[in-house]
Amino acid sequence: MSTAKIKKPPLFDRLFKPEHIVLENGHSVDRPRSRMPLILGSLLVVIIISLRMTGFDFSVIINRARELTVILGQIFQPNFSYFPNIVRPLIETIKMSILGTVIGCLIGLPLAILASSNINHNKPSLLAIRFILSIMRSVPTLIYASVLALVFGLGTFAGTLAITIFTVGIVAKMLYESIETIDMKPYEAMISFGATTLQAFWTACMPQILPTYVDDCLYCFELNVRASSILGYVGAGGLGVLIRERTGLRAYNDLGMVLLILFLVVLVIDFVNDYIRSKIS
Amino acid sequence: MTVLEQLQAEPKNLWKRIVLFIVLLAVVAWGSDSVSYQGIGEQGSIVASGILHGIFHPNAELLFNLTDAGVPYLVLQTIAIAILGTIFGAILAIPVSFLASTNIVPKWLAYIFRALILLIRTIPSMVWALVWIRVTGPGAFCGVVTQSVCSIGMISKMYITAIEDLDTGILESLDAAGCNTFQKIRVGIMPQLSASFVSTAIYRFDINLKDATTLGIVGAGGIGSPLVQSITYSRWSNVGAFLWALILLVLIIEYVSTRIRSTLARGRQ
Repeated sequence: MSTAKIKKPPLFDRLFKPEHIVLENGHSVDRPRSRMPLILGSLLVVIIISLRMTGFDFSVIINRARELTVILGQIFQPNFSYFPNIVRPLIETIKMSILGTVIGCLIGLPLAILASSNINHNKPSLLAIRFILSIMRSVPTLIYASVLALVFGLGTFAGTLAITIFTVGIVAKMLYESIETIDMKPYEAMISFGATTLQAFWTACMPQILPTYVDDCLYCFELNVRASSILGYVGAGGLGVLIRERTGLRAYNDLGMVLLILFLVVLVIDFVNDYIRSKIS
Repeated sequence: MTVLEQLQAEPKNLWKRIVLFIVLLAVVAWGSDSVSYQGIGEQGSIVASGILHGIFHPNAELLFNLTDAGVPYLVLQTIAIAILGTIFGAILAIPVSFLASTNIVPKWLAYIFRALILLIRTIPSMVWALVWIRVTGPGAFCGVVTQSVCSIGMISKMYITAIEDLDTGILESLDAAGCNTFQKIRVGIMPQLSASFVSTAIYRFDINLKDATTLGIVGAGGIGSPLVQSITYSRWSNVGAFLWALILLVLIIEYVSTRIRSTLARGRQ
């Protein structure tokens, strides 16, 4: 192949010529210059600019570290008598995340199918759905919750809706990525029998993606429990209401109790999910 | 075996499915009883139409305003918070994760540090911000400190996996070749860890960028604070401008970080 194109070296190697080493046997090798100085240099510039922009001042941390130890000290001495006040918001938080996760996962499934390039061959609709999904993911749950709390009134409804929207975005993304890696031969066989797209997907693809789907849903549930615990901060119900109130009153012992309970609940949920996962696989 | 026989030979788990379905239904029913839809009040519909109007008519003046209050500056500040938080977190996580790896230190010490990591991970980042804000005062500085601490949790967890996968055979052969400790670390350990460490840090940067917006709600700087303020004061065209900037920022960073991480995983071609 005389016309084979020689790949042009990257700009960096053209600026800084590679070191030319002649070996003892007469062969020669080009050793590209290290990119490390360039990377470190630009990183340093970025860090300096960032330090300026954020007003970073290490002496403040040193001078006021006592403040932190006092607060943390109080948080680590939880006020156990505060427990009865936590039960109701805690149950609200769990209910919000369960409902939000279930609804979000159910809506996410058809959207994921429509967003996988191996099932949906209509390019414009594919791109449109993916674009909507990434917009749904890129806005934080807390922003959704603060807007929805204004629209639907304070309370768990706004929180549940915020969690649902976020779950749809994330589940659909994880799912379409796994749908695109499945074995398409059974699906094609079904199509050649004359099955409709839906029938073929249901019998040939669903069994392949079901374990991943359940796994993704459980993962989302874990995320959502953590996320929903702070949604109350903007008035969307659950433990966040207490977190806001207690930090406002500087009642850090009570806050410590709330965090301890949250910690235990997250631990239990992780444990249960691991159990379900081990059952599935 | 015919197709029919094969079909009949499949395990019949109809009952199992029905039970599973009922359990799921019961859980959902239990979950839905406290969530009540009260309808959209008059105030609510005003807000809803305001939001929609704001999203389609963002405040262009704010979008291209180059002062401290403009969108470009706030976006850069959010990126700066995430960069510093990630870098400090990634550096602080190195000693923590070595001390929490069972193949480096004795088991009891490793478990103490794992408990510490778990503790950092469980406290929501917003609570960390609320605590740090008492130390640093409101502003971007608080965001940086909060993210440095919060990042340690997840980054260490990923680092530990990389450290525990270390191939120690290489160290033995370097020993045999007469290398000193520094040389062993430089050529035996660093090349094994650097790619996964950098990849983890970039992944965390992605998360921190989204988190930096959330932290703004409690006053920790970035684009979050003015966004929430505009929501509270019903300045919907500003909300639209901030939201579009936020969405664009997250999408671009997500794309770039995925590209870099896949290059790191496959090596430079």
